[in-house]
Formats: sequence, structure tokens, C-alpha cells
Amino acid sequence: MPPPAVRLHEAVALAGHFPLLAGASLEVSEGEVVHIRGPNGAGKTSLLKVLAGLLAVHSGEATVLGRDLVADRRAVRREVGMLGHHSFLYEELTVEENLRFAVRAARRGETALGPVLEQFGFGGRLRHMPVGRCSAGQQRRASLAVLVAKDTRLWLLDEPHAGLDQEGRDMLDRLLAGSKAAGRTVMFASHEHERAEVIADRVVYLAGGRVVEAPEAPRPPVTGAATHVA
Amino acid sequence: MLRDAVLVAGKDLRIELRSRVGLNQVGPFAIAVLLLFGLALGPDRAVLAPASAGLFWVAVLLSTLLAVQRSYAIESADAARDGLRLSGLDPAGIFVGKAAAVVAQLLVLEAGLTIGVALLYGAHLSGGLVLFAACLAGSVGLAAVGTLYGVVASGLRTRETLLPLLFLPIVAPVLLAATKAWNEALAGTPGRAGSWLDVLVVFAVLYVAIGTVAFGPLLEDG
Repeated sequence: MPPPAVRLHEAVALAGHFPLLAGASLEVSEGEVVHIRGPNGAGKTSLLKVLAGLLAVHSGEATVLGRDLVADRRAVRREVGMLGHHSFLYEELTVEENLRFAVRAARRGETALGPVLEQFGFGGRLRHMPVGRCSAGQQRRASLAVLVAKDTRLWLLDEPHAGLDQEGRDMLDRLLAGSKAAGRTVMFASHEHERAEVIADRVVYLAGGRVVEAPEAPRPPVTGAATHVA
Repeated sequence: MLRDAVLVAGKDLRIELRSRVGLNQVGPFAIAVLLLFGLALGPDRAVLAPASAGLFWVAVLLSTLLAVQRSYAIESADAARDGLRLSGLDPAGIFVGKAAAVVAQLLVLEAGLTIGVALLYGAHLSGGLVLFAACLAGSVGLAAVGTLYGVVASGLRTRETLLPLLFLPIVAPVLLAATKAWNEALAGTPGRAGSWLDVLVVFAVLYVAIGTVAFGPLLEDG
């Protein structure tokens, strides 16, 4: 049986003394697509940042793609693609220059750059537009293009549908479906539950910085009792 | 590491060329500093010319602060700093690349300031090789210290005020040695500048070495 792509055991991450993750335990198999759900402040973004190696694990165990994040959280970064609330792009550079920089930094080939730019709607002169002059939706597409061009084994996506128009959302769903077919591991936090249900293999619930059982659905009102009272 | 350094330096310089912050803000700031020194000391070139070297290097020091702050400002927009961490680039390469971009900007600035002290203060430019060597070694030292402390300050809310406090005391040896080397060159005795150039080179090598080791942890913790 292959080792899991992601394994957390009682992982704790802190911001000062405040626990962002308070003993989270989780296993995700290679090629699995996981939807992370939870209320605001549950620790979804923190979980993704820990898995990307951006946040340190204070205690517990954390392994991503066979790399021990407690020992060296930098080691995994070249294998991980992250889409966060921010674009991670340089506003003064063009879309193409941002892509080229990211791909070279990740030691990936540049042959796919042209097709990727076309795929995300940056054909022609748009690819030469500084990112700072792009609309929010275009910047989101540019971030997605970087993600695809880097071609990493694990994608960590934080509200990936946010800021995209209908066409962009559909394209993202196709992209995630294609990733699943290609065997890439994907973990994404999203409040767009209907879209996510179609894409994800399973749902992980977070609350208070811990992975929890699925919350029970709210019970429908007991109509008989209501009638009696009335 | 070198490959990553070239990539980062190219990115930073491309951004600077496009934004023209160096051309439109840092350059005029440095010239304004020279003019203000001239106003403070009076128009007498007999007073200004001997002080040229010191005033030149004080202007360079203050301009370095702006260049370093700008170098990190481009990483703070839209969480580009996290993007840089996620990129997988070698931290030592990021340090060397960012410092090299600052050195390139400082050398251009220093060329302009050299003309400035000749025109405004009546400095007689001689010993060109020593002047250039002091600029090169001094700039590497300033950029290395600035890039190292810049990453510490850039993660804090008080970065604008903290960086000068960290930077200026540390680079006092550069100010002293570079000024002495320039004084010897401008006085027509460049052969006596050797020991001061040695100080600049040792300082630069020391801080480049410290930076390549310490930058990674500082980038993570900032």
C-alpha cells in the first residue's frame, strides 16, 4: 500500500500562543480530491498553509509527499502548488513574466507556458499586460495558470472559485476533474458546497483547529408538536 | 544557488526598471541630500570640496535605506513574500539575488552622485580605480547588510522605522572606510587607500557569508 500523500497526527500550529491548528489528525491518499469544510475560523486556511510548509508545526507529526514538515518544512515546497486568498504575483510583471519566473523557480520546463496562457485566456496581447492592470478575476486566472504551469503533485486551494466568473468556475471544475484523472492529490477549502460535492472524493470537516466528524444536519421541526402548541 | 540568485536579481531589476522608483524617487532623493548638505555648509568650495567624500557616502547610505525598503515592498504586495517562500528557491540564492539587484542600483546611483559632488562641491575626481573599487566593495557591504536586516524588518509593522535603527549603526565601518578611501583618491594619493579598501572587502565578504546562512531562517520567521 503506498504511503499517504498527506499525514497529520495531532498537529499543532500556533500564531503566537493562539492555536491555529489544535491537534489536527488527517490522512489523504495519493490522487485523492478532498473538500475541506468548516465555519470561518475553523482552521481551513491554516491547515493548507501548514501542508504547504508556510506555517511551522509546533508539535505532533506532519508528513507531506514523504517529507517530514517538522524536520524541514521547506523541502516540500517545490512539489506543492498553492492558491490562496492572495495572488502571490508581482503586479509590475506581466502575466507571462510571472509564469516564467514561477516555472523557472520550480525547475520546470517552459514548453507548456504558451498553451497554459492560452488555456486561461491570456492569448495575444493580454499575456503582456502587467498583473497590476488585470481585473481581480484575471489575476485569479493568472494564479491558476501558475498553478497548472508548475505541474506539482499536490494542490492546496483556498476558496478557488472566489473571484472567478461563471466561465472561470466551470473551467476550474474541469481542471480539478482532470487533476483527479491524472492522479494528482488535491485539497481545497470551499464554501461552494454544491460544486465541491461533484468534484471531491470525500469531505473533511474542521472545527476549532481540529478534524471532526461530520456535523449532524439540523433536524426538521416536529410539525405535530408545533401544531399542538399552536 | 547562483541560478536562483540570477533569477531573483533579474526579477527585481525588471520590476525596478518598469516601476522607475529608483529613477524617479531614490535618485532625486540622493541629489536632494547633496544639495541640502551644500546649503548647510555654505557655498564656499574650499569647505565643500574636502567634505565631498563624507557627504557622498552619507548620501549613499541614506539612499541604500530607500533601495532596500523598496526591495521588500515589492514582496509585500499581494503576499508575494509567501509566493517567494513557496517558489522553492534556495534562500541563499534569494539573498544573493536581492542584494545583487540593490548593488546594481547603488552603482548607477553612485555614478550620478560622483558627477554631483564634482559639480556641486568642486571635488577633483582622481584615482578613478580606487573610487570605483570603494564603490563596488562598499555597495556590496551595504546591500548585504540592508538585505539581511531588511528581511527582519519587512515582516514587522514597524519596518519603516526599524530598518534605519538596525542598518545605520552596523554600516558605520563602511561609511568610515569608504570615506577614507575616497579622501585618499580625491587628494591624489590613491596608493594610501589600500588598507581602507581591505576593510571594505572584509566587511562585504563577512556580511555576504552571514547573509547566505542567516537569510533562510529570517525569511521563515519574519
